[in-house]
Amino acid sequence: MTSLRIFFVGGAIAYRALFNWISPWLYIPTMLGSPLFQILFFAYLGRFAGVEDDAFFVVGNAVQVCGMSCIYAMTMTIANERWFATLSPLLATPANRLALFTGRALPVIANGLVVSVFGFFVGWLFLDFEPAAGSVPALGLVLVVTVFSCTALGMVLGSIGLRARDVFFAANLAYYLLLLFCGVNVPFDELPGWMQTVGSVLPLTHGIEAAREVAAGEPLSSVTGLVWTELGIGVLYAAGAFALFRLFEAEGRRRASLETL
Amino acid sequence: MTSLRVVWGGFRFHVKTLTLSNFFLLTTFLLPAIFASIAFFLVEAGGRPGTLLYTALGAGMMGVWSSTLFGSGGAIQWQRYQGTLELLVATPSPFLLVLLPITLASATVGAYSLGMTLVFGRVVFGVPLDLAHPVALVVAIPAMVIGLGFLGLLLATTFVLYRYANALSNLLEYPVWLVTGLLVPVSLLPVWVEPISWVLAPTWGVRAIRESALGGHPWSSIGMCLVLAALYFVLASFFLRVFERLARGRATLSLS
Repeated sequence: MTSLRIFFVGGAIAYRALFNWISPWLYIPTMLGSPLFQILFFAYLGRFAGVEDDAFFVVGNAVQVCGMSCIYAMTMTIANERWFATLSPLLATPANRLALFTGRALPVIANGLVVSVFGFFVGWLFLDFEPAAGSVPALGLVLVVTVFSCTALGMVLGSIGLRARDVFFAANLAYYLLLLFCGVNVPFDELPGWMQTVGSVLPLTHGIEAAREVAAGEPLSSVTGLVWTELGIGVLYAAGAFALFRLFEAEGRRRASLETL
Repeated sequence: MTSLRVVWGGFRFHVKTLTLSNFFLLTTFLLPAIFASIAFFLVEAGGRPGTLLYTALGAGMMGVWSSTLFGSGGAIQWQRYQGTLELLVATPSPFLLVLLPITLASATVGAYSLGMTLVFGRVVFGVPLDLAHPVALVVAIPAMVIGLGFLGLLLATTFVLYRYANALSNLLEYPVWLVTGLLVPVSLLPVWVEPISWVLAPTWGVRAIRESALGGHPWSSIGMCLVLAALYFVLASFFLRVFERLARGRATLSLS
């Protein structure tokens, strides 16, 4: 029961306390305004280059912009414990570490879904994007899985933030590298082989491919392989993130460096 | 003379500081390389390899704008965080001359990204570097830096009252890339966008650089960068006087 409370209530409190952009004055321009213009920018760049159609860029970017929450918010809700000097008191508690760690992901996932849905809305409003009739539930499922796996990447970064000096540099870099490696704007098969290899083990790549197929009218059954792969990647990243969290906790205690900046 | 010393001293200090900042390393070296790669892959996939140098220059300018934008957003905010804002406002030097070196330094550091995308484009994508008017390019780059630096100053003055300047910086990155034609020609955008592009220095900066590199008549665009810089300076002086007075009157100068 206590673990459940830590998971749900603790996660929500951590999110409210540690996610720096939660104020509407920051949230609206950063989490909604920036994705809006990102989608328009790449759709027009695609038109200029004569590559694919608007739907390709709308789906790719609408899914990727979940990273605004999954990467940045997730990194903040873990790594800010150290910056706000609350990490030592937190780790002095006997709280279940798994509940403590994973509970923070839930509000981030919800927020990531909001940002992505807003991205699809932008595509519909400004670029006449219309998903195939009846594809919305399947698209929603693909989106949930993809947002989860992207959040898992954010958890890895957050854990690294318990040790690294400037994790926000890594978070920024990760967000933009996803744009390049995951087939968000460049058709995946146009990327060089080594980039495809890297992209295939990153979150988003398979989810975006599945979302494009579903939005174009393919049934969910035709993309189950992609969805399972995306989910598997997410689970692996989440497990890796938790292992890093425990490792850095143990190391931080041993070296008395939990809050060394 | 004292004013020039304030600007020059501040400029040197901030160029050195920003050059050592991880964040500016990201915006001037790594992000332009990422955006240039996306653009190169797209123009190659679309069968438009003749536009590679055009694309490299545009991607480089994107880095200059990002650096200017975050520099001007941070110009006030960093002073707030460090607790030096009130001290700087209280000094005998006009506050405008304290802000100007920060935004000019941001644009100057941003100009590294032009070199970065050209070298990166040449090495990785084989971008041809045949410059049509190299002398004009040597003039166009500082003119563009001045244009963007003064635009940054105008933005920074409006941030005196706005506590969340960094959020506005996040918001303004993509739209300015788009409406100033850095990668996508303005003619592809809705007609009403064009007049907006005329009052933004990056439009003329990228034109001056492209016309110098690819061929054309860059001097009028270089002139427009300088004219706009003068206009931004006048507007910034006015806004700063009003906003600074308001912030002092409301005692909100240091609130962050």
